Amino acid sequence: MATQHSRSAARIMMAPAVILLLGWMLVPLTMTLYFSFKKYLPLRGGDLGWVGFDNYARFLSSSAFWPSVQATLTIVGGVLLITVILGVFLALLLNQPMWGQGIVRILVIAPFFVMPTVSALVWKNMFMDPVNGLFAHLWKAFGAEPVSWLSEASLQSIILIVSWQWLPFATLILLTAIQSLDSEQLEAAEMDGAPPVARFGYITLPHLSRAITVVVLIQTIFLLSIFAEIFVTTQGSFGTKTLTYLIYQRVLESQNVGLGSAGGVYAIILANIVAIFLMRIVGKNLDA
Amino acid sequence: MYLKSALRAATALTVFASTAAFAETITIATVNNGDMIRMQGLTEDFTAKTGHEVEWVTLEENVLRQRVTTDISAKGGQFDIMTIGMYETPIWGKNGWLVPLNDLPAEYDVDDILPAMRGGLSHDGTLFAAPFYGESSMIMYRTDLMEKAGLEMPAAPTWEFVADAARQMTDKGNETYGICLRGKAGWGENAAFITAMSNSFGARWFDENWAPQFDSEAWSNTLNFYINLLNDAGPPGASNNGFNENLSLFQQGKCGMWIDATVAASFVTNPSDSTVADKVGFALAPDTGLGKRSNWLWAWALAIPAGTQKEAAAKEFIEWATSKDYIELVAENEGWANVPPGARISLYENANYKDIPFAKMTLESILSADPNNPTVDPVPYVGIQFAAIPEFAGIATQVGQEFSAALAGQQTAEEALAKAQALTADEMEAAGY
Repeated sequence: MATQHSRSAARIMMAPAVILLLGWMLVPLTMTLYFSFKKYLPLRGGDLGWVGFDNYARFLSSSAFWPSVQATLTIVGGVLLITVILGVFLALLLNQPMWGQGIVRILVIAPFFVMPTVSALVWKNMFMDPVNGLFAHLWKAFGAEPVSWLSEASLQSIILIVSWQWLPFATLILLTAIQSLDSEQLEAAEMDGAPPVARFGYITLPHLSRAITVVVLIQTIFLLSIFAEIFVTTQGSFGTKTLTYLIYQRVLESQNVGLGSAGGVYAIILANIVAIFLMRIVGKNLDA
Repeated sequence: MYLKSALRAATALTVFASTAAFAETITIATVNNGDMIRMQGLTEDFTAKTGHEVEWVTLEENVLRQRVTTDISAKGGQFDIMTIGMYETPIWGKNGWLVPLNDLPAEYDVDDILPAMRGGLSHDGTLFAAPFYGESSMIMYRTDLMEKAGLEMPAAPTWEFVADAARQMTDKGNETYGICLRGKAGWGENAAFITAMSNSFGARWFDENWAPQFDSEAWSNTLNFYINLLNDAGPPGASNNGFNENLSLFQQGKCGMWIDATVAASFVTNPSDSTVADKVGFALAPDTGLGKRSNWLWAWALAIPAGTQKEAAAKEFIEWATSKDYIELVAENEGWANVPPGARISLYENANYKDIPFAKMTLESILSADPNNPTVDPVPYVGIQFAAIPEFAGIATQVGQEFSAALAGQQTAEEALAKAQALTADEMEAAGY
């Protein structure tokens, strides 16, 4: 048991790290709040004074705001759906004894180690390009007209690219969960005559629910701030402007720091709402 | 002979040793265009002459613009030299963000810089950036396809002729598309092209009271014409194509015509990069008979951000890279067709350069562009493919996205214009116009 003395020593020793971490988070947050109440236009002389809640009202009333929230949620939802469903499927598949299992597993995980910018560039130029891309050649080989993926099905394309990157993560977590499943339980069910679908629905899936929760929580946190893939592929055109991208556009392209900061505050609020919502609904699984 | 070489080497070493004492490493941000890549390849010459080392940060056009703008407005100090254009230079010069270049030595010969370029890179008569190359835009076309279509390109064609020729040249089954134009969103990409095009259709961004004009008939005509033309005769996915994408398509022989920067001429006629190098003709950018052509005026220039610790070395680099000697250096290494064009008068008086097939058309295009009177009706701004106000880049990028979405078929031209009108009005109001 720790003595009073050792406890204070621990506090003193931890203090620098805690202060550093707090500063790390608090400084940008405070600055965002500070600038969000200012008219700050670097190209027009910088700080032009306090404006109250003007930036907040302007950001919310801009025609780009709601479409950007919608695009963000569509991407997050789409990627979650694909990665969880395919992740479960792949995890089940990889759990089967097969020749070269180790290599196959590494190959499946590999996309997670590719940088988002690089993978987006590869998808854009090598696969989805309507003249020189692989898909275009495939389409032409079957006599079909090539599709301009990034402009005609822009959101879907981005969801596809991001899902490709996050699928390994989901698969890995779900595979680990499947491996911890008691095989005797499955065997018993099989002996009782339960068909495979029922075994999956009544035993495997409930067992996976905690892992699925982890996947959904972690991916949502990262996907809400998705940026690189959009920047590289469409630069916010064709309805792919997410909230993060809109903030970037306000601050860096329009050089309106105040307006962008107000957007940043909205993004923090949105992320927290989503996080609380998720914790409430799926967090229960973690307690169980 | 040996003695001579030894003496030369000794002199070089002495020069190097004496300059090395003050040698600096300068960081330069530049765009990934061919001429700049060439400049990077020749940096050794600069280092040998001055002892200064150079670190390059090479970026795609849209990215470069954002990076340097952020760096200079936030006083980031990442770069000692920035590659900027005619849009940024006067605005930044006015803000006191750039080091004035009014003390360049006599042998640099500032008066040799084309007046249009000098004017566009100055504020209140003070030069703030030195042009590395200057450009206008023009038509580059495939002579063989033109002949096959039974047509002859006039030196100064109309849009009607261009559209007709483009449709006749198109053979989608064989991946030959009559015309390649910029469709990728961005103020320096499709917004620049369509703005220059709109000038020839009698459209303008703002009236004299700074009211946006996207609800005008002239804009509707421009955008509809552009979209119909690209739908009929453009490559698939045109809404994702910028300068570099179209350059690549043209070099692969997939474009019948391409209207873009004059500087592209040397890339499309270079046999080592272009499969159609010997079949390219040039003509002035088209018009509609209203008195303005759809060509722009631009210079990629080198400027020194105020506050850099390495101002002297940065100035030495700018003198080297934008001098007459540099042009000679490129000519010696890569041939006259590949020298940076459009910046110096003396280049167009040079006998070696006169034989280059695109030299005359480039100069004519540059000289025919007037940034002070860019439109048919009067406007309160300077600039042909842009309006030289700080808000323009932000607004035009968003407007470009609406145009790009219209080209991709996600909305009609009228919807795109209505959105462009609303967002421009919003931003102008926010900026206090």
